[in-house]
Amino acid sequence: MFLALRDLRFARGRFALMGAVVALIAVLGVLLSGLASGLADAGISGLRALPMTHMAFDEKATGEQFSRSTVERADWQAWAKAPGVERAEPFGNTLVNAQVTEGAEKGEQVNLAVFGMEPDSSLAPEPIEGERISEDGAGIVITREIADLGVEIGDVLTVDKSEVPLTVVGLVDDTVSYGHIGVAYADLDTWRHVHYGLPGELPEAARGQATAVALTLQDGAGTPAVAAVEKATGTRADTKEATFGASPGYTAESSTMALIKGFLYAISALVVGAFFTVWTVQRKAEIALLKALGAPTGYILRDALAQVVAVLVGATALGTAVGLALGSAMIGKAPFSLSAPAIATSSGLLIGLGTVGAAVAVRRITAVDPLTALGATR
Amino acid sequence: MTTPSTAAGHRAAPDAADAADAPETADSGGLRLLDVTLTLGDGDTAVTALDHVELAVAPGEFTAVVGPSGSGKSSLLAVAGGLQRPTSGTVRVAGTELTALSDKERTAARRRHIGFVFQQSNLLASLTVREQLLLPAHIDGRLDAAARARADELIEAVGLAHRAGSRPHQLSGGERQRAGLARALMTSPAVLLVDEPTSALDRVRSAEAVRLLAEQTHERGTATVMVTHDTAIMDAADRVYEMVDGRLS
Repeated sequence: MFLALRDLRFARGRFALMGAVVALIAVLGVLLSGLASGLADAGISGLRALPMTHMAFDEKATGEQFSRSTVERADWQAWAKAPGVERAEPFGNTLVNAQVTEGAEKGEQVNLAVFGMEPDSSLAPEPIEGERISEDGAGIVITREIADLGVEIGDVLTVDKSEVPLTVVGLVDDTVSYGHIGVAYADLDTWRHVHYGLPGELPEAARGQATAVALTLQDGAGTPAVAAVEKATGTRADTKEATFGASPGYTAESSTMALIKGFLYAISALVVGAFFTVWTVQRKAEIALLKALGAPTGYILRDALAQVVAVLVGATALGTAVGLALGSAMIGKAPFSLSAPAIATSSGLLIGLGTVGAAVAVRRITAVDPLTALGATR
Repeated sequence: MTTPSTAAGHRAAPDAADAADAPETADSGGLRLLDVTLTLGDGDTAVTALDHVELAVAPGEFTAVVGPSGSGKSSLLAVAGGLQRPTSGTVRVAGTELTALSDKERTAARRRHIGFVFQQSNLLASLTVREQLLLPAHIDGRLDAAARARADELIEAVGLAHRAGSRPHQLSGGERQRAGLARALMTSPAVLLVDEPTSALDRVRSAEAVRLLAEQTHERGTATVMVTHDTAIMDAADRVYEMVDGRLS
């Protein structure tokens, strides 16, 4: 770094310009990561919060499983008995529009992602206020997302068209949503009323149905035992992560974000590569001199790469700091959340790919002939 | 007959033939070129840059090589300094046979045994005078207190103490040349190779620069070869060769 640091200081104007480009890209990287995790939270945080490793759907439902799949009581019973299955619990999922019919915000329209579950199952949430969901009565536990609309414990929400009444009995203080809609937890029968749009008595056929079976498998899917249950019940076990793709809009959102970020990193690597190409060509005479003085090529390459890494790390750190400051101001105003691993990955990729771009550029150091230090008089 | 072990300050000028006949066992110091030929290009366009050159420079001896441009002076420096491998012949520096080394070993030999003073001094733009001198020590992995002391001593010796913290663009041509000389002496080289030291200087400064070169050569016992087309500065040299069409005489 003997020469690299002094060159940085000497040509600070040029390096500052290039560093500014990298820093701005780092800012964008943080904001995009925040937006991506914010969108992901809005899309699938409800599913992520469920304690399970897999979910078994009707095998005929291959896309948008949550709205297409129906499983029967026999299915989750078969899953529960299979070897290697720790837990198998029925799970219902329905998106509905409702209206506050009793409460301070009377008349307010509320969208609900109703998650149905047995009140004593591991899927049922522990509210921080009020009571858990129960078998008797159409009680729901709401999440922060819905409470933020002004809905309180004791309010009654009525589902549009079917007129199924839902009484708010509890609150969990997490922002948990599914498909950009706040989650409301209900017991399975209440969910069935909502799902089938039937307020009165449930028909016998509906009493044994759910959307899917939430599974906790000991050694993962794909084992013969799991395959046998899948075959017997006509269901298919997807991993928890695979179920995220079944959430409306999730795949499109995350692939769009990934595409934008990919382009950003590629542009950054090219800018850094182009800068160091010009820089190295400008330094050709000095490199020839260094070689004539007896500096091994490795010494010059190490020096140049140390400079590249110093510039990239400095600029990325600065940009990330600015991005974090801007990002924390956005929380609450947009689907935005800052996750340390996502930001670390983004910064790491920026530095890593920039280094690759610059490494290609400084490679031409090896081709410089020390003889040129003697001048053109040959 | 003068052997290369002759002490610094030696001024006699034995003729080239004598030098060529010097016993090889006494080559522990200085520079020795034995029957060196360098052909550039090939086929019809081949040019003989060095034609069976014999040269012996003892430690502490200041040799000047004059000749018009294109006579092979720079090729002589390139070959003597291990920047270029001759087509045939042997180059020996401080007892090491340069022509027998690998590229990597030659780079190391250049670092340890050879000092270059380039045309227009060729300093690094971002370094101060003092840092120009510390750089060779850093490259060699020996940037210690001794190196720093030596750098200060050399800066003092070439009269740049007041300029130690200046960068090249703040220096005059003569100061740059002196900084370049101090840098070349940093590693206590056995051989000092000087390329057109006065090309950027006026007459008075040229004389000064060459006087300093002679003084340092004698004081530090380097085997110095200076190539130039400026015949006015030859007086300071202990010995003068003329180069014409790759032949030394």
